[in-house]
Amino acid sequence: MNTHATIEAPTRELSYAEAIREAMDIALGSDEAVVLMGEDIGVYGGAFQVTGDLVHKYGEDRVIDTPISELGGAGVAVGAALTGLKPIFEFQFSDFAALAMEQIVNQAAKVRYMLGGAVSVPVVMRFPAGSGTGAAAQHSQSIEAWLGHVPGLKVVQPSTPEDVKGMLLAALEDPDPVMIFEHKILYKMKGHVPEGYYTTPIGKAAIRREGKDLSIVATSLMVHKALAAAETLAGEGIDAEVIDLRTVRPMDRETVLNSVRKTGRLVCVYEGVKTLGIGAEISAMVAESDAFDFLDAPIIRLGGAECPIPYNPELEKAAVPQIPDILEAARAIAKGHV
Amino acid sequence: MSIDMTEDSNVPYAIRTYPPEKLKDALRKMYLIRKFEEGAEDSYTRGLIHGTMHLCIGQEASSVGTCLSLTDSDKITSTHRGHGHCIAKGADVAKMFAEFFGKETGYCRGRGGSMHIADPSKGNLGANGIVGGGLPIAVGAALSAKRLGRDDVTICFFGDGANNEGAFHESVNMAAVWKLPVVFVCENNKYGMSTSIDRSTSVKSIADRAKGYDIPGVSVDGNDISAVAEAIETAVARARAGEGPSLVENVTYRWRGHSKSDRNRYRTKEEISDWMERDPIPRFAADLVSHGILSDAEVAELDADTDREIAEAIDFARSGPDPDISALTRDVYTETAA
Repeated sequence: MNTHATIEAPTRELSYAEAIREAMDIALGSDEAVVLMGEDIGVYGGAFQVTGDLVHKYGEDRVIDTPISELGGAGVAVGAALTGLKPIFEFQFSDFAALAMEQIVNQAAKVRYMLGGAVSVPVVMRFPAGSGTGAAAQHSQSIEAWLGHVPGLKVVQPSTPEDVKGMLLAALEDPDPVMIFEHKILYKMKGHVPEGYYTTPIGKAAIRREGKDLSIVATSLMVHKALAAAETLAGEGIDAEVIDLRTVRPMDRETVLNSVRKTGRLVCVYEGVKTLGIGAEISAMVAESDAFDFLDAPIIRLGGAECPIPYNPELEKAAVPQIPDILEAARAIAKGHV
Repeated sequence: MSIDMTEDSNVPYAIRTYPPEKLKDALRKMYLIRKFEEGAEDSYTRGLIHGTMHLCIGQEASSVGTCLSLTDSDKITSTHRGHGHCIAKGADVAKMFAEFFGKETGYCRGRGGSMHIADPSKGNLGANGIVGGGLPIAVGAALSAKRLGRDDVTICFFGDGANNEGAFHESVNMAAVWKLPVVFVCENNKYGMSTSIDRSTSVKSIADRAKGYDIPGVSVDGNDISAVAEAIETAVARARAGEGPSLVENVTYRWRGHSKSDRNRYRTKEEISDWMERDPIPRFAADLVSHGILSDAEVAELDADTDREIAEAIDFARSGPDPDISALTRDVYTETAA
């Protein structure tokens, strides 16, 4: 169940990748200032076939293949955004953004503030993220918390085809830099996507499943694992509420706190490294608020292991939270309640 | 007095190219830069301002000569040693000093300080605290101009230190591949902080870097405003004609240390005094007098007028209001109507 406004437009099934492409197609078709930039996004169609055949529809001047120059390419997008274009910059893998942190963190995020509000930087950056593809340590990270730590950036992690289309279009409406983390495992996931133009708000979490016994706050792919776990838990008499955080910065404080006030129990599930991660922020947010008084059990954080993502498939699975981990955590804190 | 306007005369390029008013304004701006820097240094010494500063005393011909033929819609990106670029591009020294003093009346409302002064209304996209930070941004501005069909050229100032940053190489390559209207202007003042170009750079002349990207590269006497202006005009004409970027190296020297922490342990007094004898300001003033553009009395008047302008600017800056502490986080994000 979504808490945001019901969309009246007819829907049909699209994959997550197709939903992104449709959003970019709408944007390119309706605004001459929109350009796509990235490595191999032209005739190749993007490493994950997200841009697909858009180059044939809009030409190489608007679907721009960059050299393999992440720092320079990201900086060109920032400069273009400062001077009238609305670039959507694709990192081939989110890991490669490490090469471009200077432009993202020191320039895009800060220019408006440093200049006393004289300019805005309407750039959108897309980051194929996450593990589960056997691509090992330098192609599998979840770095959204790095960027979530930077004032000036907005950081989103849509978990459904409907949301990724709506959040990309919302990002283009946004005058500030928006970073979109797209889990690679989600690209082929299908779901209902409304036709035409709509936006999904940045900064609003979605309650995907209502429940009364415990709150599971999850991000990106972990939302789907949490929902699967919640079904199993329901069979055991544990009624879990599943919140899709959707936006890392600015975080939807009220939706999370209200849920904790209701259930008194909290599990945070995210793929980024556990320490100093999103779950730490959510836990602190609860601990610093009146919701703390409603807690009936310790908070549990399920995050990525304290190691790079390994290659071996069993090790790779063990490095990020899985459904059994969520079940175990939920059962542990729900004890005595059921 | 009549001037022989033929090219093979001994009349310097600037004097045979620009009208007297423009030449007079160029000298005025050179004085203004020198005195701005001296005023900044004096204010710092007297404890009126904090932080640090990077003074461009000695480099005035490079700033003014480069910006001489630009329009307000042409863009520049600048560096940490950027006060001269700002003034050359038409900034108001009162608002610059106010920024230096951290005042709400400054260009960045006291949020940026010396290293982030910008004046977007004059096409100045800002100084930059990161060596090489402005390079890809300049290329992005040039991409906007080309995509949006504007006639603007972007001037990208950078120092000799930045020529060894990856951002330089990525940016020049992209601009060359895409034939963008940008001119890369290296102010080679011989030292990246303390490290001389002989110890840091594999080519004798930074203009030689152009060969690696198949673009024109020229090295000029950066203390000769006429030589600078001529090289820039050629590069700007090429850029406006859609023929792509050029690299111009203005060889110059900073009289002062890198910043306030510099104890000048890496260069000799003799080297500094040799360069001080090549002061670009009296050199240009003498040219203007000898070619009958200005009289000695008019030069003296410009000298006195700019003293007065700087004194008034410092008064304006000192008397301005400090930013309101309650507005600490304003302009991190753009305020939207929603």
